Amino acid sequence: MVADVNTSSAGRRAIPENPANNLAIAGIRLPVWNKILIAILLVVAVIAPFFLEDFDVFQMTYALVFAMAILGLNLLTGFNGQFSLGHSAFFGIGAYTTAMMMAHWEVAFYWTIIPAGIVCLVAGFLFGLPALRLEGLYLALATFALATAMPQILKYHAWEDLTGGVQGLDLDKPESPFPDTLSDDQYLYFIVLVVAIILFICAWNLVRGRTGRAMIAIRDNPIAAQTMGVNNAVYKSLTFGVSALYTGIAGSMSAIIIQFVAPDSFTFLLAVTFLVGLVVGGVASIPGAIFGGFFVLLIPNISEAVADMTGRTDAKGLSWAVYGLFLIITVYVMPSGAAGLVRLLVGKLARRG
Amino acid sequence: MNQSSANVAGASSSAQPLLQVSDVAVHFGGIIALDGVSFDVQQGAVLGLIGPNGAGKTTLFNCLSRLYIPNSGDIRFAGQTILSTAPHKIADIGIGRTFQNLALFGTMSVLDNVMVGGHSQSSSDFLSNALRLPWVKTEEEGLADASWELIDYLDLMDVAYTPVADLPFGTQKRVELARALASKPKLLLLDEPAGGLNHDEVEDLGSLIKQIRDDRGITVLLVEHHMSLVMAVSDHVVAIDFGRKIGEGTPSEVQQNPEVIRAYLGTSD
Repeated sequence: MVADVNTSSAGRRAIPENPANNLAIAGIRLPVWNKILIAILLVVAVIAPFFLEDFDVFQMTYALVFAMAILGLNLLTGFNGQFSLGHSAFFGIGAYTTAMMMAHWEVAFYWTIIPAGIVCLVAGFLFGLPALRLEGLYLALATFALATAMPQILKYHAWEDLTGGVQGLDLDKPESPFPDTLSDDQYLYFIVLVVAIILFICAWNLVRGRTGRAMIAIRDNPIAAQTMGVNNAVYKSLTFGVSALYTGIAGSMSAIIIQFVAPDSFTFLLAVTFLVGLVVGGVASIPGAIFGGFFVLLIPNISEAVADMTGRTDAKGLSWAVYGLFLIITVYVMPSGAAGLVRLLVGKLARRG
Repeated sequence: MNQSSANVAGASSSAQPLLQVSDVAVHFGGIIALDGVSFDVQQGAVLGLIGPNGAGKTTLFNCLSRLYIPNSGDIRFAGQTILSTAPHKIADIGIGRTFQNLALFGTMSVLDNVMVGGHSQSSSDFLSNALRLPWVKTEEEGLADASWELIDYLDLMDVAYTPVADLPFGTQKRVELARALASKPKLLLLDEPAGGLNHDEVEDLGSLIKQIRDDRGITVLLVEHHMSLVMAVSDHVVAIDFGRKIGEGTPSEVQQNPEVIRAYLGTSD
């Protein structure tokens, strides 16, 4: 097996191409398919709001917000292997940073996005430091504590003046600068779309480079990663910070598009929602986060509609049961998420081109 | 460049060994894993470390890569103690290793595994990666280039894009070697590289180890059970048992050492 070892660097062979790039569906190679699909997705994303009611535009906007939050969680859990049941807290910190800046200091909404991200980066990094000592279930437990504590912290009377206490804060709706061509909802949609595109491109750059390899290496084998020179402590706590930054920016955007923050919007249930989106979209898949975002937004609505069809008065409880049914079916059909299903289908359809 | 500097250093190194293990002791609770072991590894040599199961070989390795902290004694690399070096800086100063039971990044391709091996040879961080700054691209290309050279050197071209978890054991061992070489080590620690290999593979491994030393000027410290491999490739052999050094010398000297024979074959009394 090691027969060829006496080939020195002088007699070096050409670098082979990734065989996956030579696979083709309908005569078109996969890398080209990728470009086509991204282009179609972008065109749809730009055109769609002009054909939809304002409420549907709002829903699309919120799905993108979820997608950003799920992407943040995926960087931490999917790529770096650190569990978090506490990302609702970072979402809340981001939302409150924006809300307080807008409500108390009358800062324009677009100037609050980066500060919200930075506050969450610091919060995530600081939480990530003690979390270094925790693995797996114990880390899940610690982050769960963060999620359950956050609404109470936000309600605390000592800073009620700032946070609005139990009532939360009401914000003004940002107005479209081009009211003739863009409605306010369309305007906000495009703002969120641009932020989301930037975050997704940065995440893609991150995971395919040296940093991403180190993140995945720590997930796969921390001792070997350290032996290769990866500073596990720095990478893990910085990944925690970056993950919180993503989720915090998503929270900031949510405050802007809903124009309201209240402590009970950021409960443990929200953290679980992110986790559902992560698993349904695909663990360690970047495009999967988009699917996950739309799933966690749309499926509860659909479940509610299904439950309403029964005409029963206790339909609220029933809608959760329907939601559960949808989840079970989804996980059964796509055990490795939407990304896994796509990989499977591509594998079946593709031929050497 | 690496090789020539190693040779220059090698010419003047008779005074100072590359690695000096002096009086290293490791206790786990009441169990004494290493009890004052000392030996030197000369620049450019292949040193074989032998001993029965549980003799303390892997414990010593883990001290060298700073996974364990010795209770006493010192380990000097190129004249400097490594005991104050952080574990993740060991690759930086020029010590690379492979693991007894393989410690690869299973989901990653062979190419990516080898590129993680080059982590200490590169420096881009979170921000520059996320923004993919122009110099990051250059660094990535350089890293990929060096990795491909090693992939070719270890005959892994055909499986370069395959996730390592899908590869047979013998191939995974070569991936580990390529990954260790990617950090451009001066000293390579091989922990039972022949374990699980068949007869032909062991023979190939022997010539590969010599070749790595000759082509790249890398000093090798080899822990191995496979006696014929150790005797064939080592310039110098150290035998330990129950955490203590019981013999040292050329392969033939050690083979005739009565203490070593007793450790391996047992005594009648």
